[in-house]
Amino acid sequence: MPRTYEPLATTTLTSVTQNLTFSSIPATYTDLVLVLSLRASTTASDAYFRYNNDSATNYSDTVLRGNGTTVSSVRDSNALGMDIGVTAVSTDISPFQTPTIINIMNYANTTTFKTALIRTSNSTAMVSAIAGLWRSTVAINTINIIHRGTGWDIGSTATLYGILKA
Amino acid sequence: MAIRSLKSGTFSRSGLVGNSVIMPGSYESIASSTLSSTTASVTFSSIPSTYSHLQIRISSRSSFAFASMFDSYLAFNGDNTYSGYKDHILYGNGASPTTVTASSYNLSYTTPGPTQTASVYNGVVIDILDYANTNKYKVAKFLGGADLNGSGNIVVGSILWPNTAAINQITLSCDGSFITGSSFALYGVN
Repeated sequence: MPRTYEPLATTTLTSVTQNLTFSSIPATYTDLVLVLSLRASTTASDAYFRYNNDSATNYSDTVLRGNGTTVSSVRDSNALGMDIGVTAVSTDISPFQTPTIINIMNYANTTTFKTALIRTSNSTAMVSAIAGLWRSTVAINTINIIHRGTGWDIGSTATLYGILKA
Repeated sequence: MAIRSLKSGTFSRSGLVGNSVIMPGSYESIASSTLSSTTASVTFSSIPSTYSHLQIRISSRSSFAFASMFDSYLAFNGDNTYSGYKDHILYGNGASPTTVTASSYNLSYTTPGPTQTASVYNGVVIDILDYANTNKYKVAKFLGGADLNGSGNIVVGSILWPNTAAINQITLSCDGSFITGSSFALYGVN
């Protein structure tokens, strides 16, 4: 049986970083899994992720979320990036970070748009499940995880895995 | 921002520089299928009982035309009696979160068809825990769906198969058929 679920790269931030980027991703896997543990350096939790440094409005997402009181579903269309859910912020208990797992399906194919499945568990605010879409048939070779405020705090981590099918 | 190579421990500005293949050995590819023609169902058979858990990863689209995304199905060991299963689904469509349940094995509302945005295939990740244990009923949990830039669903679900038999066969199907380019991959997890 071929073994697969290979860690490709990882980072632990040593300075506040607004755009956490994995680049030069090879096209040799079937799916990608991105495991994030994030905390914003300010009270702003707004964040999204993009591919291939594409900053046009080619993204969209559908969100299902619950905050302990209310369950809701919202959508972003023709957006600048895909929602990753509500992350930990600077006023949260420390050293709490928010775990997020992003499954990027069939990322290297050049015939279909790219679908991602995102799960974020913020124990202090809300949990969410998200379907994201990049309307491009280009193979993904770069992932940008962007904080829309000052940046991700020191100690935030990100690890990228490649999954290969038989 | 420095990215650390997981193989060499060196740092660089590029995420993949210095990272050659690493084999952790706890997640193995068992079988896969990428469709070269429209196909009604995909079956993984003779699944060995040597793993702790299974994971199925799907990227698919169906030929079934409906106003919104519709269902795919997950059946174990050829049991497609439908009434033997039990599922619970929680999904969001961008407006109204909804929960449904049925005596069935539905991956509900996860699959786009010809009525939906072209070139969009869904994603579904299914985890089947303790699949070879003969002392308990079998449970699958899944996260699936697709965004269609203005419509689409995200779905969280669980399917119970009230049977203690070890799972050795899994059949995936949908309303209509899966179209060309749909892909299905089965993994064993230890």
